[in-house]
Amino acid sequence: MLRRLQYEGAARVVAPALATGLRAQRRLRSWRRPKKEPSEWFGPPLRATYRLKEVLTRHYLSGRYADGAVPVAWVTSGFPIELLRPFGYHVVYPENHAAMCGVQRKGVKLAQVAEVWGLSQDTCGYARCDIGSFLSGNTPAGRLPKPDILLACTNICQTVVHWYRTLAAILKVPVFVVDTPFLSGDPDERTETYVAEQLEECMQLCARIAGKKVDRKALGRVAQRSKEASELWGECLALSQAEPAPWTGFEQFLHLGPIVAMRGLPECNAYYRELRDELRERVKHGIGAIRHERFRLLWDNLPIWYELRSLSTLLAEVGFTIVTTTYSYGWAETAPLFDPRDPIVSAARVYARVFINRSLDFRLEMMKKLVNTYSCDGAILHSNHSCKPYSVGQIDLADRLAKEASIRTLLLDGDHIDMRVHSKEQAEGRLAAFMESFGGL
Amino acid sequence: MTIRIGIDVGSTTTKAVAVDDSGRVLARSIEPGDPRIAQQAQRMLEALLERVGGGGEASIVATGYGRKLVAMAGKKRTEISCHALGAFHVMNRPGVLIDVGGQDTKVIRLNSDGSVADFVMNDKCAAGTGRFLEVILARLGVSWDELADRYASADPPVQISSTCTVFAESEVISMLANGQPVDSVVKGLHIALSDRIVSMAGRLLMGVETVLLSGGVASNSAMVAALSSKVGKPVAVVPEPQFVGALGAALLG
Repeated sequence: MLRRLQYEGAARVVAPALATGLRAQRRLRSWRRPKKEPSEWFGPPLRATYRLKEVLTRHYLSGRYADGAVPVAWVTSGFPIELLRPFGYHVVYPENHAAMCGVQRKGVKLAQVAEVWGLSQDTCGYARCDIGSFLSGNTPAGRLPKPDILLACTNICQTVVHWYRTLAAILKVPVFVVDTPFLSGDPDERTETYVAEQLEECMQLCARIAGKKVDRKALGRVAQRSKEASELWGECLALSQAEPAPWTGFEQFLHLGPIVAMRGLPECNAYYRELRDELRERVKHGIGAIRHERFRLLWDNLPIWYELRSLSTLLAEVGFTIVTTTYSYGWAETAPLFDPRDPIVSAARVYARVFINRSLDFRLEMMKKLVNTYSCDGAILHSNHSCKPYSVGQIDLADRLAKEASIRTLLLDGDHIDMRVHSKEQAEGRLAAFMESFGGL
Repeated sequence: MTIRIGIDVGSTTTKAVAVDDSGRVLARSIEPGDPRIAQQAQRMLEALLERVGGGGEASIVATGYGRKLVAMAGKKRTEISCHALGAFHVMNRPGVLIDVGGQDTKVIRLNSDGSVADFVMNDKCAAGTGRFLEVILARLGVSWDELADRYASADPPVQISSTCTVFAESEVISMLANGQPVDSVVKGLHIALSDRIVSMAGRLLMGVETVLLSGGVASNSAMVAALSSKVGKPVAVVPEPQFVGALGAALLG
């Protein structure tokens, strides 16, 4: 009971109070300090970014007190989280958490803990960072609640099977793995039935752990909210079809937090409505994310979290902006497939069709569509040492995209979290040469 | 006459070239890279200006890793753009340029107007570069001038499988300890280096008629022979191969 009070109090009282305090501090600072000169390269910052911080602070702050108050699940980013919402689970996304460590440049230190423990440096950086964080008890989130269950879905990679089994062994909690067969062609009914049966079984297990009954009406409502959230996210992304684009692909990576971690919750939808309205307003007034937009690019693969700022600046200085990314688009692409009347089967449909679970031909067509829709002049394909399924085949993809979409493409070596694998000087040199090849500098 | 100067601050050497309005080379200079990049660049540029009599007036463009530290440069451009321009100016034909520098190897496909169609560079280590050769030759006690003869006389070459320069050095030591002749190791080294370069350049080399070579390593005829054999066609060395980047930078001025 006390734990529940702490959990609710953190979410409903402390986090909003903290957010109000931070807002007041920000206002006070801007009142005291002379007004900053507007950036030479970037447009005004998005107001929604402050709101994003508040939303995520609330999520992580309440998480500190979640175990013992409500059932807790740790899940992979591509897991059909809708199944858990009616039971009131607090959900932790180790991948989001690892990304947060990456942005704060803490990824390597935590990964090293996992390496000393015995994981290979070639294992996904998110897995090493997350396991290292748990082993050392060190996290920028303050504290992560211990899970009652671990839930993984293989639609993003096979690493999650081993990663979550390792976590299950350390934490001594059950793990449920949803297997989504790789789609080399079009999805078929057998695949959907196979995945749907697993989801049904998983939902029953989660109900037992939470001590609640399955409520299919509530599940339908959650599916409806997820559908809306994905549509809202899609609307936010589509606004970058405007020239100049009102926000960059790198900003999209940061604003992915709620659609990944809070899908199915009303506050997720409220957040994206606010963001969409602000972006619409920027488009209406011709406000661009960068001041002198000359060339528009597509980004493939996860971001290089710890270099977002330096890469943004390098691009903006010479008028380049990332307008779309395959990764952020992945969260909007399957929105029409959510069906609140048949939440389990439609979840099977949505989650088996995640683009990373599909053939290179499918991915090429998706990239060509994005290049055309967003009027891209070129594409950067981040060859991500950590993420094998996303990176294998990128050499062919880059070549075919260049030929078939008549654009310039660049393969950029890096890693989404491990700074030791990223040769900054070489990568920046390569990017600069790529931009020079567009001419006009 | 307007004097244009290009300076290429590379990882191993710093090169400068002065050209006139028509792109004719007036003077060149080269020095081993100094860690005090800014001072070295300034000194070399001032000396070059004095030699060509520019009276301090010249348009200067910097390239190479240290380009950002060249205060006298009005423009800074990457090695890719400069090498492409420099090689095309001299050879005047499209094709693929392989530049093997001290710590990086660049492969650039040139369009028929000399612009960059595509390029690749070595990944996260310096395995396929001049430094690889330098490190191992130092261990073998073989000088640069002996390479051509040693390469020609070796039969058969040894196979060096390590991709990493440091491990290849240990591999070479154990080969020598096992009685392998130095000449066979030298030939094996050139073949290993060519293998690495061609596997990186592979997709850009497809369907290309002309393959050009520049960078410090191009002055080694053993390397030209090994690379030609691997590519399957003669590789043409760009005249004054070490200065191609600096020349391209000068032409951008």
